[in-house]
Amino acid sequence: MKRLLVPALAAVVAFGLVGLLAYGLLSRSTDDSIEQAVARGDFPRAPSAVLPVLGSDATQSVAALRGKVVVLNFWASWCIPCRTEAPILERAHRRLSASGAGTVLGVTYNDSTPASQRFSDKYDMSFPILRDVGTKLAERYGTSRVPETFVIDRRGRIVDVFRGQIDQSFIDRALAKARA
Amino acid sequence: MRRRLAVATLLLALLAPAGAAIAATPKVDLVDIEDEVMCVDCGIPLNTAEGAQPDSERDFIRGLIAQGKTKQQIKRALVAEYGEDVLALPETSGVGITAYAVPIALAVAVIVALALLVPRWRRRPAAGMAGADGAVVIPGGSPGLSQADAARLDEDLARYEG
Repeated sequence: MKRLLVPALAAVVAFGLVGLLAYGLLSRSTDDSIEQAVARGDFPRAPSAVLPVLGSDATQSVAALRGKVVVLNFWASWCIPCRTEAPILERAHRRLSASGAGTVLGVTYNDSTPASQRFSDKYDMSFPILRDVGTKLAERYGTSRVPETFVIDRRGRIVDVFRGQIDQSFIDRALAKARA
Repeated sequence: MRRRLAVATLLLALLAPAGAAIAATPKVDLVDIEDEVMCVDCGIPLNTAEGAQPDSERDFIRGLIAQGKTKQQIKRALVAEYGEDVLALPETSGVGITAYAVPIALAVAVIVALALLVPRWRRRPAAGMAGADGAVVIPGGSPGLSQADAARLDEDLARYEG
């Protein structure tokens, strides 16, 4: 019995270390389950969290915008492609808000408040921007880099997704799908 | 003369607390903070990280240093902006606790293993010291000396020492 104790202890420690390694690798791997579901036409429910609004004491969430089309965009002031897509998002927001159909909702990613605020001012971003401190919401969308954009329909389902820099044609196509 | 002394004393009394306050506030620089925080986007210490995100993090720290914030205040501000993951030391709750628990568990396992094995190792040579043929067994299991060889060795050693 005693003879088995040491190998058993060593085995437990080894399994523990292998388990930790596996957890570390899995937690860093890219989660593309949303794209796969959208591609199948399953349109998964958009994850939501109540987050502080940049430049305000208010809070906002994706769930609170149910009934509207939402273009959810993860961005950061240090992200170079985000500069290119900022005017596209602003135009989309003006179009959506003018018709009352919806809104663009920005979410900052690993960015400081002053830097996000400066970026938002520089690019005249009039849409609400949420601060996702610790990237908890981003993780639920499988977001591990920016920019990434998710288009959510009136029923709160993700109908299109783009991981990378969007262009006008993506927005036009995705909004048509969300409004259908 | 007495008036000068009084003015000097008054000046010293006024300046002393300010000097003490300056001395009590440790000077913080970027290098001092960088090695204790992480690049949140790349998951490595900030002092070894390169890229747009870590540069942005450094700018934020520089801004706080310019405001005269202490190291602790800067770390708190970083957590408020980037979350707990910005600290180089892992959290003491959730999965982060494994970073503390695993080394402790390993140390305990090693101590338990030693506690079990050391008495066994110590017993083994004692039991085997005298061979069946009267030979002296060298601990570790190598072939031993016969009693005649041992006696000759003792004689040689005695001659050498004499």
